[in-house]
Amino acid sequence: MLEIAIKGSKKYWMWIILLLAVMGAGALAYVDQFLNGLQITGMSRDVSWGFYIANFTFLVGVAAGGVMVVIPYYLHDYERFHRITILGEFLAVACLIMCLLFIVVDLGQPTRMLNVLLYPTPHSMLFYDMIVLNGYLFLNIVVGWKVLEAERNQVEPVWWTKPLVLVSIPFAIGIHTVTAYLYCGLPGRGFWLTAILAPRFLASAFAAGPAFLIILCYIIRKFTKFDPGWEAMQTLSKIVCYAIIANLFFFACECFVVYYSGIPSHLAHTQYLLFGLHGHNMMVPWMWSALILMGVGAIFLVIPKTRNNKALLPVTCAMIFFGAWIDKALGMIAGGFVPSPLHHVTEYAPTLQEGIIALGVYGAGLFVLTILYKLATTVKEEVRG
Amino acid sequence: MIMAGLAVFVLAVLSPFWFNLITTTMAAPKPELLGKAAESKKCVMDKYEMRSEHMYLLDVWRDSVVRKGDRKYTGTNGETFNMSLSTGENSCLGCHEDKAKFCDSCHDYASVSPYCWDCHTNPKEIK
Amino acid sequence: MMIKSRRSFLKVAGIAAIGMGAAPVMNLAASEPHGSAGPKITHNEETLHAERWGMVIDTSKLNEEVAEAVKEACHKAHNVPDFDMEPDAEKFPNTRPVREGQEIKWIWHEHFHYAFPDKEDEFLAEKFHDLPFLVTCNHCKNAPCVQACPTQATFKREDGIVIMDYHRCIGCRFCMAACPYGSRNFNFRDPRPFIEETAPGFPTRTKGVVEKCNLCAERLAKGEQPHCVEASEGAIVVGDLEDPDSEIRHLLAEHYTIRRKQSLGTEPSVYYIV
Repeated sequence: MLEIAIKGSKKYWMWIILLLAVMGAGALAYVDQFLNGLQITGMSRDVSWGFYIANFTFLVGVAAGGVMVVIPYYLHDYERFHRITILGEFLAVACLIMCLLFIVVDLGQPTRMLNVLLYPTPHSMLFYDMIVLNGYLFLNIVVGWKVLEAERNQVEPVWWTKPLVLVSIPFAIGIHTVTAYLYCGLPGRGFWLTAILAPRFLASAFAAGPAFLIILCYIIRKFTKFDPGWEAMQTLSKIVCYAIIANLFFFACECFVVYYSGIPSHLAHTQYLLFGLHGHNMMVPWMWSALILMGVGAIFLVIPKTRNNKALLPVTCAMIFFGAWIDKALGMIAGGFVPSPLHHVTEYAPTLQEGIIALGVYGAGLFVLTILYKLATTVKEEVRG
Repeated sequence: MIMAGLAVFVLAVLSPFWFNLITTTMAAPKPELLGKAAESKKCVMDKYEMRSEHMYLLDVWRDSVVRKGDRKYTGTNGETFNMSLSTGENSCLGCHEDKAKFCDSCHDYASVSPYCWDCHTNPKEIK
Repeated sequence: MMIKSRRSFLKVAGIAAIGMGAAPVMNLAASEPHGSAGPKITHNEETLHAERWGMVIDTSKLNEEVAEAVKEACHKAHNVPDFDMEPDAEKFPNTRPVREGQEIKWIWHEHFHYAFPDKEDEFLAEKFHDLPFLVTCNHCKNAPCVQACPTQATFKREDGIVIMDYHRCIGCRFCMAACPYGSRNFNFRDPRPFIEETAPGFPTRTKGVVEKCNLCAERLAKGEQPHCVEASEGAIVVGDLEDPDSEIRHLLAEHYTIRRKQSLGTEPSVYYIV
């Protein structure tokens, strides 16, 4: 089936070459980091996790969002999603590959990566993260491939794909819950130590994932002969709507709790994000932009006229995706580490090199996504004639 | 034709060996036992065992020192040693003195670069 | 004779693989376990023992000079890099400029408001306003960093010291996120250009691993007191919290003490006499 990926139009090849160039630049920048250490990043003793882990956290969510098309079709026979479950599964694969790449580029000693497997540590959340991320990746690759192959050959998929799909559903919830558990079990980090962190992660995941999927559907409609179906996209937009409202509501709950109770160890972080702390206010414009983007996006999705506006919907989805990215990637990390456990304020911004490496990872993810979507759409074009 | 192809393949695959045979005159090095090591005649393990197992032994030593705090090694010959690479007289370098003549002479020949020295210090190099 | 089919090729290959794998397995099974004549690994006789190591800091004996002396003694003995110094241009040419905030400190001093942010006090007693409180790793009984580490590179020894295995650390920095006291440091770069004088009795670390105070485990193993204790002019005492007759327990019995962020349940082993 992979031979489909090497037959494409000029635009396709130009896109692939562009992605390879971005990946190459990222790889070059990473070689410098590998040889000289993480000094090339903007991270510090106080902010010891930065752009890499921030993007990792966000992309775990987008990967989990793929389950939002799997559940309605496989559990509730929602026919409208039949044609796009493969898109959700392949999106999850691309996102998970990016997640794993972000972890690898963040490690100080990446050659010792296998120590996590050689010395299994059941009391560490990172151990379970490794299991569920790789497990979900494996499940989606296998299921996506087998189902697509079956469609190409015009037969029913092999019987064992069904139980694997069913297992992938709790895994999807699992990847994001475990990633949230990395943060919300740490006693010394007041910003993260909240039971609502895992639900908030899931809400923003189910908003960002399907929102990106809708944008991908538009792109597929433009560049291929496969039509995911406007009805399917409309249902997805309703899912995004509820999810983003839930995310905003959870954020409002967090704000209420920290501001009304006023406990400094919890309040200081939200204060830093929204209003700045001791004159340090780098995150303030970002956070408010995120709230505005998500809020306006939510309004557009609630009102049927704007939700069903074919020209506006991709813009709305982009707003929500970007807003959720700022909130979850930048806000989460900066908020957790600032102020430090000793109440010092050390701000963080990624360096250019850090950004290039991160772009390289995104390039790799888009590369995988492009190839997998090329397979999916071409097979569907073939089958439908 | 197949036989000819196989012959070419075998030659190609064995090329590092006959290449070395032709070009290098270097024999396998003998790590020198200097100073204290030559005099004291007390060994951690016998020569052949050390040659094949010193990597494993060092792994056992480092886990024992770091993870359990046990630093004294009593060999089968009854001799005691301090389980340290370079600290004190009863350590590896304490007896074998010269890293270049002892450790590196074999490692360079075998193209092995262990990363021990990224962290562990060589007393000679500091002074 | 050439093999005629893929199937028979695979059959032969499979049998060959089993045959090649048999020898090492049989060797392993045949190797004799070491009997009583085998090598023995023990601790030194002079090693100081404790059920649970702890530290008491008498803040009445702290001042700027003592705090500085303690920090110097610890950092010099353990080859902790000083990023304020200029690297030797001959030995380390082309060292990149230092990035702000990536420093390493095992023990240092903070004012009350930073050392004890959970004890905010508008009317704090005068003497504590400028007092340099020495802060370091608390070697917690329920250390969150130990709980977090995915490879047990950060682990708790039987005697209570929370210690790093630099060989195993993958540099994921989860422990740094987990520590409620900001005691941990990451080697963002190779530290060697920034070590003025390498102390020969202790390794340096390399880039990409996390490091912190190790309660001078290497000194305790030789029957000696930690460097901070020796440099503190009596301000710091280290001893066995589980031994009711130890000096540290006497101090705790006589004086009221506070610990950092006590309400978190980490059970820090560093006590401050105030």
